[in-house]
Amino acid sequence: MPEEFKAGCQRPPIKKPSIASEENEQIIIKEAKSSMVKVGKPAPDFTASAYSAGKFFNISLSEFKGKWVLLCFYPGDFTFV
Amino acid sequence: MWNDHELSKMINRDIPFAMLSDQDGSIGKMYGIYDEDSGVETRGRFIIDPDGIIQGFEVLTPPVGRNVKESIRQIQAFQLVRASEGTEATPSGWRPGKQTLKPGPDLVGNVWKVWKVSEAFEE
Repeated sequence: MPEEFKAGCQRPPIKKPSIASEENEQIIIKEAKSSMVKVGKPAPDFTASAYSAGKFFNISLSEFKGKWVLLCFYPGDFTFV
Repeated sequence: MWNDHELSKMINRDIPFAMLSDQDGSIGKMYGIYDEDSGVETRGRFIIDPDGIIQGFEVLTPPVGRNVKESIRQIQAFQLVRASEGTEATPSGWRPGKQTLKPGPDLVGNVWKVWKVSEAFEE
């Protein structure tokens, strides 16, 4: 079972890369570059906070092994399309 | 919040699936659908099979909505192909109950005998 947590008004902390040197900066830029996933290849696993049926909890894609998953991204809440 | 104020009013109950937060766009970046310039996710949609393999995806810019019926049709097609262990394939426009194809040497050059172009446009 996913572990439930109490939701507050504060937003979860945004992970900020700690930049020490120019060398580090270059590595971070490379990591931030995003490339499209490929069909026929494993879906990258992730864990995210989720809301369902009045509860907040953490959810990982790997929990859905054995099931079909439709993963949808959208630009923002209250978008109208 | 969105669920309470709008979505639940559309269907008279809570959304029947989990809504996830991708606060910093990191998941969107992993999947290649995060737009760095505007700082939002584009409308990416991924079909992931029970083994965790991506079978299909569609990505639209924000102003155009997706076709949920088409997503469901694709999942049904992938489920059929998986259940047949790769012995069957679904031609263009296939829907549940319609004829599938059996890929193999006998089918080469003979698709016209078992499948008509009009089937791709049937509702």
